Amino acid sequence: MSKDAVNVFKLVKTPIYSHCFNHDNSVLAITTENNVLIFNVSQPSKPQLIATLADHDKTVTAVDISVHGRIVTCSQDRNAIVWEPLSDGSYKPTLVLLRINRAATSAKWAPNGFKFACGSSARIVAVCYYEHENDWWVSKHIKSEIKSSITSLDWHDNGVVLACGGTEGIVNVYSGFIKGLDKKEQVMNSPWGEGKYPFGLLLKQFYQGSWIHGIKFNASLEKLAFVSHDARLTIADAQNNIATVSNPSGLPLNDIVWVSDSKLVGAGFDCHPVEFSYDPNAGAVKFSKNIDKIVQSGVAKNISLDNFDNEDDDQENGQQTFGISALRKFKDMDLKGKVSVVDNELGTTHQNTITQLRVLNNSTVSSSGLDVCFFH
Amino acid sequence: MSQSLKPYLTAVRYSLTAALNLSNFSSQEVERHNRPEIEVAHQSMELLLNPMHISRNEHEQVLIEPSVNSVRVSIKVKQSDEIEEILVHKFTRFLEQRAENFYILRRVPINNNYSISFLITNQHTETMKVNKLVDFIIEFMEEVDKEISEMKLFLNARARFVAEAYLSEFVY
Repeated sequence: MSKDAVNVFKLVKTPIYSHCFNHDNSVLAITTENNVLIFNVSQPSKPQLIATLADHDKTVTAVDISVHGRIVTCSQDRNAIVWEPLSDGSYKPTLVLLRINRAATSAKWAPNGFKFACGSSARIVAVCYYEHENDWWVSKHIKSEIKSSITSLDWHDNGVVLACGGTEGIVNVYSGFIKGLDKKEQVMNSPWGEGKYPFGLLLKQFYQGSWIHGIKFNASLEKLAFVSHDARLTIADAQNNIATVSNPSGLPLNDIVWVSDSKLVGAGFDCHPVEFSYDPNAGAVKFSKNIDKIVQSGVAKNISLDNFDNEDDDQENGQQTFGISALRKFKDMDLKGKVSVVDNELGTTHQNTITQLRVLNNSTVSSSGLDVCFFH
Repeated sequence: MSQSLKPYLTAVRYSLTAALNLSNFSSQEVERHNRPEIEVAHQSMELLLNPMHISRNEHEQVLIEPSVNSVRVSIKVKQSDEIEEILVHKFTRFLEQRAENFYILRRVPINNNYSISFLITNQHTETMKVNKLVDFIIEFMEEVDKEISEMKLFLNARARFVAEAYLSEFVY
């Protein structure tokens, strides 16, 4: 898989919990500890730092950029802030009246960019929108049927249907219809509800039984894909058709994205993205390949899960005679000019968990990890 | 490494790899807190996973307790006689007193059934490589047995020497 074009941004040394590109992929926002850094990446070879958004006083958990360029950040300090871009390149912060008393964990703009949803550990999903009269962002709460923290949420392309999941192990699909902001035409003929979409109505519920890490809608197929801690990817729809597949490495995925109607990419704790193919007609999903996983032989041994067996064999050989492995090392250095690199470097670009994926265009997916930020 | 030790360590390695999938999770009970969920008694049982108990024999056991943002690993080190019991106690105490330098070491084992406990949180998996952490624990388990038996040999040799030196006084 080493042929996959990988463009690596080494931006910060702290974990990146979330990242986001703007509509034309020229601006990148990443979270780092209590701050959000905004980079200009129109020249991929050298990203330039434009601004630092530093109003949060606890870890920033999510960042999202709307179609209009507004940035929403949310943090474990229980707040969300909307950052309005100004003409001089700086950003003007506006605190959102989230009215939650626990950490905000995830934030996502509706496709039209006039409202966003914010999930929280307070067992509340806050749908926030701008109120002209008072000049601030207010929120409406969805509370029904949520018994644990929300970790992930996603809007349907119609901007009304909202899916969220969390440590409860249940995916809930709600209506996020805001009167005066949304129109009934948006949800005409939508299979997710029956004509009426009052705010906060629970439209659908999928029981998974393990923590939900990532959720994504596919509007053209009217399907919902989600990944959970039992290392499964599930694709469900309003008619309760459910297709499911396990991650072959056995480790959970943290996020999933639809690259096209027939292709999904997920990534998570095994440090490299995994591609799944979906057959919309048959409604079946299966694993297709590992992305960015270089299996090197001889030089560096991989210790990733699926070649544990090889690794064990090597260990066995090494055990029998310690001297021989040392001898081999020097032989390699002498004859082949090889220096065996750190023994168990993972053969992947990411050396630690991947936290989030974003689709850039039909063929490109970006990923951010706990070590540094990249895109493929 | 004896033949039966290897499958035991392999089982521990796989279980640890599966358990060490941690995320940054802020407390849903206490405002503005971010605490290792495995260490606190609370109502949110959904944040804890089933503990895994791996046992080679009655003397060597590992208990892995995973949760959403922390994993507790407790190891029972082999203690076949009284000397080994004393040695293990002294040895683990020596390490535990220096716990802050070992990052993932817990100051006390979770209960008397175990000799030593590790507490790995999401902060550790973010700053250190997960596979290296697993390697470290496996290596620790391998080494600690060796260390204890070495110490026992040394102690026996020393005891013999002391006894000889003392008893030689009485030889006419």
